[in-house]
Amino acid sequence: MSAPAAVIEGKGLSVERGGALTLDVPYIDVREGEVLSLIGPNGAGKTTLLQTVAHLVPFAGEIFFRGRRVGSDYPVLAYRRSLAMVFQEPLLFDATVFENAASGLKIRGLKKAAIREAVTEALGRFGIMGLKDRSARSLSGGEAQRTSLARAFAVRPEVMLLDEPFSSLDPMSREPLIEDMEAAVRTTGTTTVLVTHDLMEALRLSDRIAVMYGGRILQAGPAEEVMNAPADEFVASFVGAGTLLKGQVNGAKGDDVAVITVAGRQIEAAGRIARGERVTLYIRPENVTLSIPDGGAAEGPQVTSARNVIPGVVTRVASMGFYQKVSLDCGFPLVSYITGESREALSVAEGRRLTVSFKATAVHVIKKS
Amino acid sequence: MELILDGLRKAFWLLVTMDPEVFGITLLSLKVSGLATLISTVVGISLGALVALARFPGKRIVVGLVNTGMGLPPVVVGLFVSILLWRSGPLGFLGMLYTPAAMVVAQAVIATPIVMGISIAALQQLPQKLTLQVLALGATKPQLARILTKEARLPLLAAVMAGFGGVISEVGASIMVGGNIKGYSRVLTTATVMETGRGNFETAIALGVILLLLAYAVNLVLTHIQQRERPR
Repeated sequence: MSAPAAVIEGKGLSVERGGALTLDVPYIDVREGEVLSLIGPNGAGKTTLLQTVAHLVPFAGEIFFRGRRVGSDYPVLAYRRSLAMVFQEPLLFDATVFENAASGLKIRGLKKAAIREAVTEALGRFGIMGLKDRSARSLSGGEAQRTSLARAFAVRPEVMLLDEPFSSLDPMSREPLIEDMEAAVRTTGTTTVLVTHDLMEALRLSDRIAVMYGGRILQAGPAEEVMNAPADEFVASFVGAGTLLKGQVNGAKGDDVAVITVAGRQIEAAGRIARGERVTLYIRPENVTLSIPDGGAAEGPQVTSARNVIPGVVTRVASMGFYQKVSLDCGFPLVSYITGESREALSVAEGRRLTVSFKATAVHVIKKS
Repeated sequence: MELILDGLRKAFWLLVTMDPEVFGITLLSLKVSGLATLISTVVGISLGALVALARFPGKRIVVGLVNTGMGLPPVVVGLFVSILLWRSGPLGFLGMLYTPAAMVVAQAVIATPIVMGISIAALQQLPQKLTLQVLALGATKPQLARILTKEARLPLLAAVMAGFGGVISEVGASIMVGGNIKGYSRVLTTATVMETGRGNFETAIALGVILLLLAYAVNLVLTHIQQRERPR
């Protein structure tokens, strides 16, 4: 299956500030209907790239919108009006919630009836219809960011640009807002670029991830690809080189453990998840323990708190400096980090058969919409 | 002490009886300074927005010059406007010297840097990302200026108040370009100076009190608007 067409393409993008290159991206594309996450530590250039893509800051390079070069074949203003952007701070105007949500449409010169219809839909989508006459200055952080998102969705953009819109919110406001935003993006099918430094947020919301550092994109691709095959040590250390596994819930043990089938094997994960739901599992390598099969047989069967104990074959061992990265085939790929001492004690080498164990609480379940 | 009390009594009397001469002087003061403030508001806020929002080399120098202009000595303004409007001056053909129109020009020159300087500060204190947000909403440059000016309307009202305060109380420029002609270009400040020079302290105090009341009344209206608009 071919990849969806690119809505936005950036070629040779660079930004210089104070004589230093803060952005250097030879190529980036944003594909129709996808959620692309830009992740990386603070100062990686994520926001600069987003603002460059939005044509909001001076930059060198070219941006193409549906194949037309912005600025020459396609006017910058028309391009900006095809997008919507939400910043980390709500940046609301000193007006009512309704007037704020309507501002993008008013700027576009829409008629009152059309504005009312679009704003009502957007406010309803984010559950703030009851606040429509409130002054934006009197809103809580969560309510203000909901208004900001409603303002962005009200213009029905072709591409939504989100610059860490949840990072300043407390956990109580954050989770429901992420759910509402995700629902809005998925139901409208809006192509979205999300900037975040939260890996879990990116995994949960994205189709593709681009890892940034020092103003450059180090790796871009589907989440599984970036997680399971990091392009370099920085990406590996940033994403934690965890394993992503696709599976389906097929049962439960008690009230708090779900049983998920992955490549024919059963994996137990802490949490209540409905049977039949398709999920992605994320297992960090430092949570995966290796042992010699029947190593404790002399003392009788081992009793362990790890709910997942499975056989595996070592496919690759790589030294990462202070630790060893052991890739295994357990019917699905799995990665474990061990020390050099453990490597010697277990005689870890390619082809070695080992017992792999990890706790149900070490399995992070990502529900994919 | 007696002198001051007599002055206050006279001021009260002049106000209550609506003395035609004082009423005329007060009305002219209000007209001249009001019109000058209006001109400086339009010019000062527009130029202030331009300087605050545009990127250009030497911006800091321009802002520094505007800030210096906020303290323009009225007599210097009076001198230059007089030279410009002098019969043999570059604008002498307009025949404006010693007219209320000349006073409006001089006062507008004094108030414009005040309004402009405070406008620049008011717009620059808005979050920098707000500009990006408005542009991201698809605004044109005039729309951007309008929206940001609206967002800064409270400090901009303070700019208008400062501009009005600066001109209603100035005397040097008004006397130099207006001439303090009785019944024609005499305003409260120039009349106060004249009466003090003549030793008519009661009248001078009365005119001073009326000037203060006028400044207070105008600022009261503007403050009322500002406080009504204050973020809740």
